[in-house]
Amino acid sequence: MSMEEKQNSQTSLDFNQNVFKPSTREEIVEIVKNCFKKNIPLEINGLKSKNKIGRNFQSEKTLDLSNYSGVIEYKPEELYIKVKAGTPIKEIVEQLDKNNQQLAFEPNDFGYLFNGESNSGSIGGVVSCNFAGSRRFKVGSVRDHVLGFQGLNGKGETIKSGGTVVKNVTGYDLSKLLSGSFGTLSILTELSIKVLPKPETSKTLIINNPHLKKALSYLGQSLSSSTDPSGGVFYPDYFGKNFILNDLTYEGGLTAVRIEGPTISVDQRIDSLSKELGLLSQEISILDTEQSNIFWNRTKNLEVFKNLKSNLLRIVVPISETLQVIQKLKSNDVNYFIDWGGSLVWMAFNEINTKILNETKQIVKKHHGYYTIIKIEEDLKASADIFTIDPIKYKISEKIKRSFDPKRIFNPGKMYTGI
Amino acid sequence: MSILQMPKVDEVVLSKKDKIVSDLKEIINSKNVLHHLDELRPFETDALTAYRKMPLVVVMPETVDEVSKILKYCNENKVKVVPRGAGTGLSGGSLPLEDCVLMAMGKFNKIIEIDYENRCVVTQPCVTNLAITHAVQDKGFYYAPDPSSQIACSIGGNVAENSGGVHSLKYGATTNNLLGIEVVLMDGTITRFGGKAMDAEGYDFLGLMTGSEGLLGVITEVTVKILKSPEIVKAALIGFPTIEDAGNCVAEIIAKGCIPAGCEIMDKALTKATNDYSKAGYPTDAEAIMIIEFDGTEHEVEAYIQKVKEIAEKNNSSSLKVNKSKEERLKFWAGRKAAFPACGVLAPDYMCMDGSIPRGKLAEVLNEITRLSKKYDLPVANAFHAGDGNLHPLIMFDANDKESLRKCEEFGADILKYCVKVGGALTGEHGVGIEKRELMCEAFNDKDIQQQLTIKVALDPNSLLNPGKVYPILRKCAEEGRVHVHGGKTKFPDIPRF
Repeated sequence: MSMEEKQNSQTSLDFNQNVFKPSTREEIVEIVKNCFKKNIPLEINGLKSKNKIGRNFQSEKTLDLSNYSGVIEYKPEELYIKVKAGTPIKEIVEQLDKNNQQLAFEPNDFGYLFNGESNSGSIGGVVSCNFAGSRRFKVGSVRDHVLGFQGLNGKGETIKSGGTVVKNVTGYDLSKLLSGSFGTLSILTELSIKVLPKPETSKTLIINNPHLKKALSYLGQSLSSSTDPSGGVFYPDYFGKNFILNDLTYEGGLTAVRIEGPTISVDQRIDSLSKELGLLSQEISILDTEQSNIFWNRTKNLEVFKNLKSNLLRIVVPISETLQVIQKLKSNDVNYFIDWGGSLVWMAFNEINTKILNETKQIVKKHHGYYTIIKIEEDLKASADIFTIDPIKYKISEKIKRSFDPKRIFNPGKMYTGI
Repeated sequence: MSILQMPKVDEVVLSKKDKIVSDLKEIINSKNVLHHLDELRPFETDALTAYRKMPLVVVMPETVDEVSKILKYCNENKVKVVPRGAGTGLSGGSLPLEDCVLMAMGKFNKIIEIDYENRCVVTQPCVTNLAITHAVQDKGFYYAPDPSSQIACSIGGNVAENSGGVHSLKYGATTNNLLGIEVVLMDGTITRFGGKAMDAEGYDFLGLMTGSEGLLGVITEVTVKILKSPEIVKAALIGFPTIEDAGNCVAEIIAKGCIPAGCEIMDKALTKATNDYSKAGYPTDAEAIMIIEFDGTEHEVEAYIQKVKEIAEKNNSSSLKVNKSKEERLKFWAGRKAAFPACGVLAPDYMCMDGSIPRGKLAEVLNEITRLSKKYDLPVANAFHAGDGNLHPLIMFDANDKESLRKCEEFGADILKYCVKVGGALTGEHGVGIEKRELMCEAFNDKDIQQQLTIKVALDPNSLLNPGKVYPILRKCAEEGRVHVHGGKTKFPDIPRF
């Protein structure tokens, strides 16, 4: 730290303010140490794209990390980028674009859902929530792309794990544990993220088909074929009009399968997949790279739920259970689409109450899955379980929480009461 | 055998051996409790054979309930437990302790379910890695992580060590191919993390358990994802006049967006040993050879191989051969797979190191290894999972000569320290175990290690499950001035040390 920075960090920190907006690591350490000493619970924010997800909780102060931002090191040939936690995903993507690389896990952009416009959030937030996009079944989740991190525990001590190399089994894999912990265990300050080359070509096979059962069968067959798809979604009839593209004039329900790689092989694979699925030429459209990217961006951005007024659940089940789960839940007033080749269902409930929620939870659980409430009416939020957990895992989670954050000052209660 | 400090032997436990044996015989079938010296002998070491220790007793449970009861009993009676799968680990993770119950999971050897619809296999932990692929290959599927010991190593051990293999650049290591586990904690609690639905919510205990080297729980069931076998596989065997050229070539191939399924580099010493041993037919004039493999559809693989040819020529390749038949491709790999035994012929013993480095530092690290080889006067040969920067130097020594073993240990430690120095890691896929335990202070500071230890303590407050592994024993570290001890007091007096 330069002298100038040191002076800033000493002068800019006013503990009477309710929102801390540190721009140096030293400031963050000072804030956490103080909060630990004085038992002050902190709400941790990045770019607030997902801060409405999770339980409401009492916090005295807010730690806003949006100023702790910037690329620390980007090594395209080593396939990693090291950034400060508040760095916007948008900025990272722009950097990667210059080298024709990408974040292969396609993080969801929740901005459209909550505010009607893009806000892809910060890398710290994306890792903390671990919501991966359509390539999930092929490339893994967000956590699978976190090579290492540096952060602070609840005492303000610096902790780290992993590094910048892909293969590393030195000690416990804390990067995984912190991914998806919604800021309840540690404040992430620096992250090393694996990046991958963009495919030369990306094309999408669209099957004009309004039927759920048929769609799931197409998706299942595609994912079990050797054509190596990297995305598989189903949009029912009512969403068809959201995808008017040059090569897609059909406005009904559709099943889409994305194929990526060297141009010559993409064409060959699309061809063999169409044959394998027994499709006739009038039933299909093929999107070129540009249109394909638009299509999958809309999916990643949950654009069919732009400005959603009602409630949204993110339901994950084994593919074999999806059909039954949806058939059972369809008796409610719902709109949904399916991602992850059949195992992720984004379902909007136009009407919801405790009874519907409980029934939904039972149905999903019976089919070996789980749900997360992404958006819910305020008056229900306090009483609803946003995340589900069983008593044994709750007990273990409590112990793990204590081992990182003994005074429960990081996002206390955001995931579960008492954690 | 080297003198390696292990946790203090509990004399009370030793003195109660007969009682412990008879109690265990009440819990499980008495035939599955082994306690005579000749019965214990096969369990005295794993694949890190330089270290040996006889356990107090060996138990071979048959059900998860038995595992739970044994752990609960040991927890209540403060008896240490060391879990063991197939015993193929290279870092000594299953090395017994004199006062431990060694829990051998060998009877958990059945595949429970093959689920093609969800593309996964549910299996008991002591099924071998390769057996999973064998069980699904008739339908054109396979399990991707392929550690070199895959014919013998167990899937539970793979989870414990987060094993990789030659294909991990493209397909990831165990952690990226694992969907769920059933695990028993030290207090006997049986629970499941993950399952057929991806990314179970809440804290990622599945990720935490993977690679935790048997310190946090005993794995009793594993669910892994299976992949459709690629249409075709093609490999190229390329010779280079210098290691630098080979290293640059890999870096450029990857930077250009070609992600190979596997990419191995061997240095001249290893190439020669392999040629002599297995008649691999590798080019003898090259300072380094590379085997690079692509899989996918025919057009895709052709496109990648063409690109590799261009990049290799640009990087001064001296020879390049693309396989014409499956047999020829397998022959390329046969040499690589025989590389380790080939070193076994050159010296009475060899120690296989496992550092991870940034790809771009390959030449620098190999030059340093050459320098160290001269300094310690021990020959070394190098194999390298070049795609993901995982280096396996094979140090040749004589385990019966104490001085030779000591030199080998120091040589290995110097290599790993250098890996960390250039931005890499102490271990890419073999785990820390006892082998690299004292080096943890090179990669982590006191606070990092303490944070990890608090997790251990949260799940196993008495530090009874596989103690002495992964984390340095305080005394040793403090002696070497690595762990900060102030005024004779440790930072966290409430945390037991192991």
